[in-house]
Amino acid sequence: MTTPPSAVRSATEWLSARARWQPLEGLFWFSAFAAVFLFPERHLILTEIAWLGLFALSLDLILGYAGIISLGHAAFFGVGAYTAALLAKHEIINEPVLALLASGLVAMALGFVTSFLVLRGSDLTRLMVTLGVALLLRELANSFGWLTGGADGLQGVTIKPVFGIFRFDMFGHTGYVYSLSVLFILFLIARRLVNSPFGLSLLAVKGNPLRASAIGVSVDARMVAIYTVAAGYAGIAGALLAQTTAFASLEVFSFDRSADLLLVLIIGGAGYLYGGLIGAIIFKFMQDYLSVLTPQYWPFWIGLVLVVIVLVGRDRITTWTAPIRLFAARLDWRTFARREAAASKDQCQ
Amino acid sequence: MLTILFDGIAYGMLLFVLASGLAVTLGLMNFVNLAHGAFAMAGGYITVVLVNHLGVPFFASLPIAFVATAAIGVLFERTLYVHVYRKSHLDQVLFTIGLVFMAVAALDYVMGSSQVFVQVPSVLQGQFDLFGIGIGRYRLLIIVICGLLTAALQFILSNTRFGSRLRAAVDDSRVARGLGINVNRVFALTFAFGSGLAGLGGALGVEILGLDPTFPLKFMIYFLIVVTVGGTSSITGPFVASLLLGIGDVAGKYYLPSIGAFVIYTIMIVVLIWRPQGLFTRAASR
Repeated sequence: MTTPPSAVRSATEWLSARARWQPLEGLFWFSAFAAVFLFPERHLILTEIAWLGLFALSLDLILGYAGIISLGHAAFFGVGAYTAALLAKHEIINEPVLALLASGLVAMALGFVTSFLVLRGSDLTRLMVTLGVALLLRELANSFGWLTGGADGLQGVTIKPVFGIFRFDMFGHTGYVYSLSVLFILFLIARRLVNSPFGLSLLAVKGNPLRASAIGVSVDARMVAIYTVAAGYAGIAGALLAQTTAFASLEVFSFDRSADLLLVLIIGGAGYLYGGLIGAIIFKFMQDYLSVLTPQYWPFWIGLVLVVIVLVGRDRITTWTAPIRLFAARLDWRTFARREAAASKDQCQ
Repeated sequence: MLTILFDGIAYGMLLFVLASGLAVTLGLMNFVNLAHGAFAMAGGYITVVLVNHLGVPFFASLPIAFVATAAIGVLFERTLYVHVYRKSHLDQVLFTIGLVFMAVAALDYVMGSSQVFVQVPSVLQGQFDLFGIGIGRYRLLIIVICGLLTAALQFILSNTRFGSRLRAAVDDSRVARGLGINVNRVFALTFAFGSGLAGLGGALGVEILGLDPTFPLKFMIYFLIVVTVGGTSSITGPFVASLLLGIGDVAGKYYLPSIGAFVIYTIMIVVLIWRPQGLFTRAASR
């Protein structure tokens, strides 16, 4: 059985229309890179936004595209952070970019192994298993004190210059350019991934696993693949944290981190890649503002935001932003022009 | 050796009382309530305030903790939780995590972040020997109270009109409604009772588990283990699971202090992979 060529053509066209760059996306990345020159004094918090955005992007891949709820995504983040810190401390891999890749690979390996655990069971079982894995790793890191420094954290890490040239400074200038570049490259890959037929089949799995398998999508293989990739992303995000702060502590595995991450993604909205990045920006500035206001009690406001978001309804929030997204779509003159052309063709007939 | 077993049983009984309310909301009503520990914490703090600041006798404070927490439970159920029952699991998780964060920060603000203690009456302090086994008086009290509660729970669920209504409402709420059972009220009462039990457990647990504002986060995983490992179709499943968890945790911390918690998480993951519906359960009805 072969697919008719017209069907292939329309599918390809549809996919490439999905993948087309919108002007707002250009604006987003332009401003992100412009911040390098515009706000040199805010580089430290911008760096945090960059790795948090990458971490949230990683959760978006499994939650927004594959529908896996995870309460333990910090497991991969932490493994990445500890790998990067250990590699630098014991001078195994001195070049930060290579160390970053290595940390990503270690996290991916862990993601691959644990992905088989999330294949089975309901949402609740997945919650428990992901949470359990994160807690387990935290306990491991705590008991192997000679390697990880235990509860005190891994101290005495020195990160060598990037490519042997760009030294990490205490104002975070190098850190920001470095993190932002990593984020941008990984974002491009993720964008390519979710706009491919593979990404589409993931959405099918999220929508209805049974039907997806009925039309020939191998559900388990897709889940394993995306979980592994997302783990790698989270690991790299953790490695960025460890490299830019030259420190790793047990806190990287904490439950709060996984829970905050869910909030970050939910603020921005799951399932369109930018949600995590936008959420990270809002979350970090909110945290910055609130923790100045009430240093000890800012989790209260975080919790309040979560409760309100759920009570208002996540769909309704998307409805409010609909005009903005419509405007963004309008800005895309290519789609607009094409729609006009199609409309005039209809009138002719 | 037997003392450890005894302590483990007491600990497990306590966990059961703390988690049994969760078994109802999570297992029976299919609602992921990560904020369950917050109710336990509320009960604990109520006891601490009553006993330490207002001079109420410890024994009198226990029922007050139960009633007060149940009242808080009803209030939350009627005002907030009802809106979330029909939402997705992700929404329920976000919502209840939000509640936990708020509870933790609020109690931190009101009571301070340090650990608090309760003055236990002198009758309950110390331990005595029974056939060479060191038996803590306080732990004996916990075993007695929790044992009675378990028996009462089992009796209510299987032998009373309310119990059969609850089981009907859980098995098929639409048909139960059709038969004239006020499902919303049954759920609200059950939720209140579960919260009350958590509050009572929290009050009893101040002495053994310790109490500070991060309590709901610290013990959330334990409650979840009891419910998911025990399964949710009966009261005996979570009961056996909490006993195993209690004994395992106490023994693990005593014999293998460095990897105690590690063992428990591993066992939990293995059990969940092996039997996702829990150890002691019939096939899931949905």
